[in-house]
Amino acid sequence: MRALNNPPSPAGRERGWGEGASTADSSTNLPSPVKRERGGGEGASPAEPSTSSPLARNYALFTVFFLLFVLLLGIGEHYGLPHTFIGYTFLFATIGLYAGIGIRSRTTDVAEYYVAGRRVPAFFNGLATAADWMSAASFIGLAGSLYLLGFDGLAFVLGWTGGFCLVALLIAPYLRRFGQFTIPDFIGARYRSEWARAIAMAAALICSFVYVVAQIYGVGLITTHLTSVDFSYGIFLGLAGILMCTFLGGMRAVTWTQVAQCIILLLAYLIPVAWMGLQQTGSPIPQFSYGSVLDRLERREVQLNEDPREREVRAIFRQRAQEAQARIDGLPGSWREGQAAARKAFEDLKEQHAPMALLRSAERALQQFPATPDDARRIWQRQVHSYGERAETLHPHAEPYWSGKDDSQLAAQERSTKRWNFLALVFCLMAGTAGLPHVLMRSYTTPTVNQARRSVFWSLFFILLLYLSAPALAALVKYAVYTQVVGQPFSELPAWVATWSSIDPSFLRVDDVNGDGILQLGEMQVGPDMVVLAMPEIAGMPYVITGLVAAGGLAAVLSTADGLLLTIANALSHDLYFRMINRHATPARRVTMAKVLLLLVALVAAFVALLRPGSIVSMVGLAFSLAAASLFPSLVLGVFWRRANGWGAVAGMLAGFGLCAYYIGTRYPFFQMAFHLSPADWPLWFGIEPISSGVFAVPLGFAAMIAGSLLTAPPPEECSKFVDFVRMPEEPAAAADAMTD
Amino acid sequence: MRTAGAAGPLQQRRQYWVQTRRLTAALLLFWFVVSFVLTFFARELRFALFGWPFSYYMAAQGALLCYLLIVWIYSRQQERRDAAFGIRDAGNE
Repeated sequence: MRALNNPPSPAGRERGWGEGASTADSSTNLPSPVKRERGGGEGASPAEPSTSSPLARNYALFTVFFLLFVLLLGIGEHYGLPHTFIGYTFLFATIGLYAGIGIRSRTTDVAEYYVAGRRVPAFFNGLATAADWMSAASFIGLAGSLYLLGFDGLAFVLGWTGGFCLVALLIAPYLRRFGQFTIPDFIGARYRSEWARAIAMAAALICSFVYVVAQIYGVGLITTHLTSVDFSYGIFLGLAGILMCTFLGGMRAVTWTQVAQCIILLLAYLIPVAWMGLQQTGSPIPQFSYGSVLDRLERREVQLNEDPREREVRAIFRQRAQEAQARIDGLPGSWREGQAAARKAFEDLKEQHAPMALLRSAERALQQFPATPDDARRIWQRQVHSYGERAETLHPHAEPYWSGKDDSQLAAQERSTKRWNFLALVFCLMAGTAGLPHVLMRSYTTPTVNQARRSVFWSLFFILLLYLSAPALAALVKYAVYTQVVGQPFSELPAWVATWSSIDPSFLRVDDVNGDGILQLGEMQVGPDMVVLAMPEIAGMPYVITGLVAAGGLAAVLSTADGLLLTIANALSHDLYFRMINRHATPARRVTMAKVLLLLVALVAAFVALLRPGSIVSMVGLAFSLAAASLFPSLVLGVFWRRANGWGAVAGMLAGFGLCAYYIGTRYPFFQMAFHLSPADWPLWFGIEPISSGVFAVPLGFAAMIAGSLLTAPPPEECSKFVDFVRMPEEPAAAADAMTD
Repeated sequence: MRTAGAAGPLQQRRQYWVQTRRLTAALLLFWFVVSFVLTFFARELRFALFGWPFSYYMAAQGALLCYLLIVWIYSRQQERRDAAFGIRDAGNE
């Protein structure tokens, strides 16, 4: 019913060297909007996709149709269309659209399946990369983290955009010049080492897998929100949408779907931001004018800090923290007493034939009581920490590295820790961007090296549209909550408070701590993952905008999950199966293999996501540190240091990955719980959080790589030729010969 | 325009790479200052600029626009350099 009468399919076949030069051509019957001038004259620039090309026209039409579709639903809502109908329409219309593009772009051709035939023009490759890149973490998590962390959350904004400088300067042009299929391909060919290839493949697999789990978790969240089905059904529903696309058409389908998804997700983010901007600043572009909101927000923060009721709430939390500390100091006696008291309370109620509700809550308290004194110590320590945080005064939104400690020495220490954590996180996210296979893969899909460079520019441009808006959105939502919700009586809270706190207390939790019947800011706990999804309701927009935002979030999640699953399946089918197990596999067999593996990986990832291992942003952050530590050094040194050899690469990847995994495994709360480790036994190094473990692991990876290379024999002649070729392909034919095995 | 036409192929290759590396290093320095030096001194740089706290503005918008500029400069300069050295733009032949 909407758009895309012609599936966007650029043609103008290009023959790649190596086995990529394929025979099957599934696209001959389709229009060919973008023709590339092959070779060209001396200094000829590549053919630019002009804006009048059918490809651009199709997507422009698509944008208009999509806006009309939203408008139509909006009018429908005005005349009484039920909300559930709108929710389902958004869900099925968008997933159906992606599936439609996927089906139209289905392919069994190897070059098409792995790298979309290498003929995606820079502008569209930029859009697709942006969609690939902007995941649940950017769309859902980012503004929420900024809401909670203020200035300190900007580390995500800096890290996730600045990384593209590294991609553009250090990696993308060289990968494109190499022009094969996967990242392990590049490492294997550069270092002429099967070990290096295997380790790179394992690293690519693990980073992408952690990342995809976070995305599938996001899928579950959004479908639950849109259709109010159970979280686990939501996950599998979203999964079906992901598979429809990747399964049939590989990179080709994923690329053209991602372009559509990018348009949807940008619209879904920018429209409500403009709306809120109009409401609060009188300008539809609050990105330029929210400075005044920051100012008003600051004044409101000061006011709330002085409020006597807020002080009362903070005092209660300070007392609770002290009580928890007293229980820890009294271990193990306090554990025994606590357990006995909980059991006695339950049994007393049972004897008194107390009401069922009371009995149940007493039973739950008994069941949830720590099973051992060690567990008790861990849980109570966490309580001390969380109550202590809630007892602090309000964090000024725009102030960097803020500390709420009264003691000036402790405060200075906390500020310094926060500053170093900020810098470390920025570094890890940047280096991770330049090491994450699913983003780097996209450098392979452009027709030329120039287009690869321009494509990075376009992807950063589209990413900035969202990233410049997220801090504005966070400030606007925060101001709305601080002025319109805080200070209201509990009985008159807006409906979204009840809706969101009933889905899961980790999204939103309000308790009347001081029992005055009025909501204080200190009584409210907001989870980062709900801010964007609930934003239309918070600002009182019509339900159709809620649906739009959810559809945008879904687009962000699906596009990233598509790219990631494809990377994983490619690593398994191309690097493991074809390169290492069966070198004589036919192209058709390899593609089939990729599809089967895709299905398996998706199911395993969905299963892990059901365990809810952490918030979206923290899971994604772990993937970045792992990618930065394992792949970044060997990709960069592979181009910029001729002396780097296979053993160096192996040592670098193993050391970087090993340290990163060790630090995360022993310090990240989810794993600490899984392995029964006490945080006290595993102190942080220099106070650096596990999400930024790459700050230790990347330098170690570089060091190990340099040491390993210098301690072993120099790389063979072919490696040197390879380096020359990717730096400047003077004799392309000769260099290419040297690389084909 | 073939500025480097006179030199031998090997020298040309070296020249191309030296120039590329120099541009890369300069832009990386710019990137480093924007990303790490300004943020390190974020607490010290909190003066007001057009109604914005400077360090907040830089981290939320200024640095991002600098990144876009860096990528743009690199792409433009390298395209020109490729043309000057007569490199046929195809990584795939």
